[in-house]
Amino acid sequence: MMTTFRLILLSGLVICAVATALVKKLKAAVIIYMAYSVIMSVIWILLESPDLAITEAAVGAGITGILFFLTLHRLNLIDADEDHKRDTEGEEADHEQD
Amino acid sequence: MSKIDKDSLLGLWLTGDLDLTEQLYADPLPHPEETEKYQPSHDPAAAAKVTRYFRRFYNICAALLCMIFAAIMLLTVANLPPYGAKDAPTVNEVAQRYVEKGTEETGAVNTVAGMILDYRAFDTLGESFVLFTAMCAVTVLMNQSGKRRRVCVEAETVDYYADPIVRTMCKFVIPVILVFGIYILLNGHLSPGGGFSGGAILASAFIIFAMVWGDERAQGTIRVPVIKTITLCALCFYALSKTYSFFTGANHLHSVISPGVPGRILSAGLILPLNVAVGVVVCCTMYSFYMYFKRGEL
Repeated sequence: MMTTFRLILLSGLVICAVATALVKKLKAAVIIYMAYSVIMSVIWILLESPDLAITEAAVGAGITGILFFLTLHRLNLIDADEDHKRDTEGEEADHEQD
Repeated sequence: MSKIDKDSLLGLWLTGDLDLTEQLYADPLPHPEETEKYQPSHDPAAAAKVTRYFRRFYNICAALLCMIFAAIMLLTVANLPPYGAKDAPTVNEVAQRYVEKGTEETGAVNTVAGMILDYRAFDTLGESFVLFTAMCAVTVLMNQSGKRRRVCVEAETVDYYADPIVRTMCKFVIPVILVFGIYILLNGHLSPGGGFSGGAILASAFIIFAMVWGDERAQGTIRVPVIKTITLCALCFYALSKTYSFFTGANHLHSVISPGVPGRILSAGLILPLNVAVGVVVCCTMYSFYMYFKRGEL
């Protein structure tokens, strides 16, 4: 039972790590990164280091994510994909009107 | 004087009769970009081809580098001694000493706290200064109050305070988070936790407060000089007390402050105040990071 749980956690860790690098949308990448931190903190508890688990949950899943979101907001990248899509759709609509 | 050719200019300059005031007040030549439209001098198709080739080359090189580094890492991991092996280099008298005599020597029930704040307190001092240096760098880069920075475009801000659900939930949640953070901070030598995690939890409570109540009210409640003073005082206290410990507590010299009875809240010598100092530094650093990233000033 415990081995299965560990295997699920570890495979989730790998999937999250790869997905963070491969996902196109930056907002989704940050959210997946925070999920990675949550899985990592559970793994720290299983490895019997609760100190690190608390720190990982507070810093990795909480504050780092907030700072990433703020940086994306400051660079106007947080809704970049949606804006781009909307702009191109608008241009197509304009062309249709022409 | 309106028309100057080269020979006469040289002659004028040699005789010293050069007067260019007319040219100075004459209309400047129109900028070349305004007169003629910019024409790309290269062939865009060829450029796209080169870019495509370079991108392919770059991808291949990146993949090769990644594979080489992954191979090196995997080889290193494969050559590590097995987990819990008897002759591994990590199994030495240091770890044994920490486990067997840690509580007795430092007075901390939580051996990790005893390790990072007593045996290796100098490392933790370095980590606190890393945080402080990061805070200084963020201040230098992001501070907008100097008026030199370009004011960033203000996106529409959501007024969370007007939302009764968010406001009521935060009024309930923020004190709970604060109490939990203080508990982790003060109980660091008895239970898992300590300065870094407790400080991060406290900072998250302050960040929620600043997020919901708005920047101006947060700035009015948590004042900038207070943050700076608290951070500097905590760092100075840590540095002074650990320098003292460096001279008296290490190398079999006995520390003046007794470890106390292990398990009590007021025990473990300097670990409790050092935990508080580290937590305060982490909390102020994280909160000021948030404020600098959010609005460009504390």
